Amino acid sequence: MITMQNITKSYEMGTQVVHALRGVDMQINEGEFVAIMGPSGSGKSTLMNIIGCLDIPNSGTYTIDDIDVSHMSDDEQAKIRNQRIGFVFQQFNLLPRTSALKQVALPLMYAGYNRAERTARAQEALQAVGLGDRMDHRPDELSGGQQQRVAIARALATDPNIILADEPTGNLDTQSGAEIMQIFKTLHEEKGITLIMITHDPEIGEQAERVIWIRDGLIQ
Amino acid sequence: MNLSESFLTALDSLLANKMRAVLTMLGVIIGVAAVISLMSIGNGLNASITSEIQSIGTNLLTISTDMDNSDGYQTLSMSDVAALSDSLNAPALGEVAAMVQGNQAVVNGSNEIQTAVAGITANYLFVSNLDEMQNGNGITQNDVDTKARVAVLGSEAATDLFEEAYPIGQSVKINGVSYEVIGVLTESGSGFGNTDGNVFVPITTAHSRLYADRTRDGEKAVTVITAQAASEAETDAAIEQITETLRRQHDIVYAADDDFSIFSQADLLDTFDTITASLTAFLGAIAGISLVVGGIGIMNIMLVSVTERTREIGIRKAVGAMKRDILAQFLLESVLLSILGGFLGIVLGWIVSRVGGNLLDFETIVDAGTVMMATGFATAVGLIFGIYPAWRAADLRPIEALRYE
Repeated sequence: MITMQNITKSYEMGTQVVHALRGVDMQINEGEFVAIMGPSGSGKSTLMNIIGCLDIPNSGTYTIDDIDVSHMSDDEQAKIRNQRIGFVFQQFNLLPRTSALKQVALPLMYAGYNRAERTARAQEALQAVGLGDRMDHRPDELSGGQQQRVAIARALATDPNIILADEPTGNLDTQSGAEIMQIFKTLHEEKGITLIMITHDPEIGEQAERVIWIRDGLIQ
Repeated sequence: MNLSESFLTALDSLLANKMRAVLTMLGVIIGVAAVISLMSIGNGLNASITSEIQSIGTNLLTISTDMDNSDGYQTLSMSDVAALSDSLNAPALGEVAAMVQGNQAVVNGSNEIQTAVAGITANYLFVSNLDEMQNGNGITQNDVDTKARVAVLGSEAATDLFEEAYPIGQSVKINGVSYEVIGVLTESGSGFGNTDGNVFVPITTAHSRLYADRTRDGEKAVTVITAQAASEAETDAAIEQITETLRRQHDIVYAADDDFSIFSQADLLDTFDTITASLTAFLGAIAGISLVVGGIGIMNIMLVSVTERTREIGIRKAVGAMKRDILAQFLLESVLLSILGGFLGIVLGWIVSRVGGNLLDFETIVDAGTVMMATGFATAVGLIFGIYPAWRAADLRPIEALRYE
């Protein structure tokens, strides 16, 4: 369960101070599928960074499963990201010149699994996204949809209970996008994973169980 | 994540860009090769000089006039030689020999050379370790007693004067007077103080026909007295006894300085040791500078690589890499580069040292100490110059790194 209380975040751009979040309160329950929507400049990305433990808020409290993560050090946050959150980005963010199997094994390496366990779990994750026959392929040998599936497998590798996806279908054609959404929904329904999706796309918003609207740094 | 994982990750990314890895290593390769080859040449030079001095005999003492304290006179004479030969005066001395020397024109037909002509006692060549004959005989006591007009030629002098002809039994003219050639010495080597171009005659003959210098007392002067200490251990005692005997012989009062100086081969050895050691250190220092430059090269490339791979670092951090994981990966990359470069540098340096040794005509010495030092230094260079880029990489914030285009 994710809980945010009065989260604020501002940063300096040149001489101007931008107040990206002005006191966000929200709660996302275990196993929910939530879409976070809002126009550009609304604070969506900042909110996502804080949910993903990629950044820390200026003030307020943020807990994941009752663990206060709002004042953690970089390395403590890294551990949380590794164990509890899987990321899927719009630009896939795969390592260049690296096979699909190694991409997926990467979080497992940082989690401290040995080579055999890593390979086994990475294979399992790749099979789960339908890429059992593409394990040795590098990103430049895969289509966009396949690359995004590798990214999903990577997000799943350490068995996190939250998947945070930032415009996951934004760089894909309609067909691939639909396939990716299908994978997400299956994961959500079968594994009970909490799915948080940041998006512009109202169609995706419709598929979510709940939409959180954000505007000018505040939840509507 | 453990160290071997970081090591494999580092190796992976080096192999992904082999050309750049080799170019980056080039600085360290050249630096280490320079250290190895220059140090080996310095050490080889030292060893060759030492062995040459030792071949003359480390217990050899050379006594000559100290021109600063002699009012322009030669101070050594045959009576000094006699006094030093007396075991009552100098029990620590073995053989004592004498030599009087100057430059003369030596002529055979149309061949003329200007060279050092030395009048010597019968034991001089033996004492100086020059008594190996190529042909004929050395100067005998009988030649000295009879002031015989005979000459022994150094190998180079013999070639210059007689070319292909057999010199023994022929005659040469020194200062207009004929001498019979009775022997030719073997080549003594290429080193310093080489006497291959010299001509030797009996000391008595030289005194009566070539060199008229006299001491203050009117005795016939000798240029150099060479004496062997009875053993190497007795060298210091021998020097003391020579000093005492000669001061008495020369009636030097307590307050006055010696009018002669004694030089031992050990002194010479020390002098050359000092010179070659500082030469080796100097060469090593120059080579060390190139190694540092190589390290800066590594740092440059690693900094570029950190910038280039900002996104990769961001991805690694997003999926759970801690600071120390990124630090270890990049540090190991630079250390791997420098160790590998160091290894290739050792091989290259060894080759250069062998080739250089052949060209310079002495054996170069690649010693384990130099190799270990170069390896250690190369590793240290990788560590030191790798720290900053690795720290830059580890310190990147994941959101900025992910956003980086």
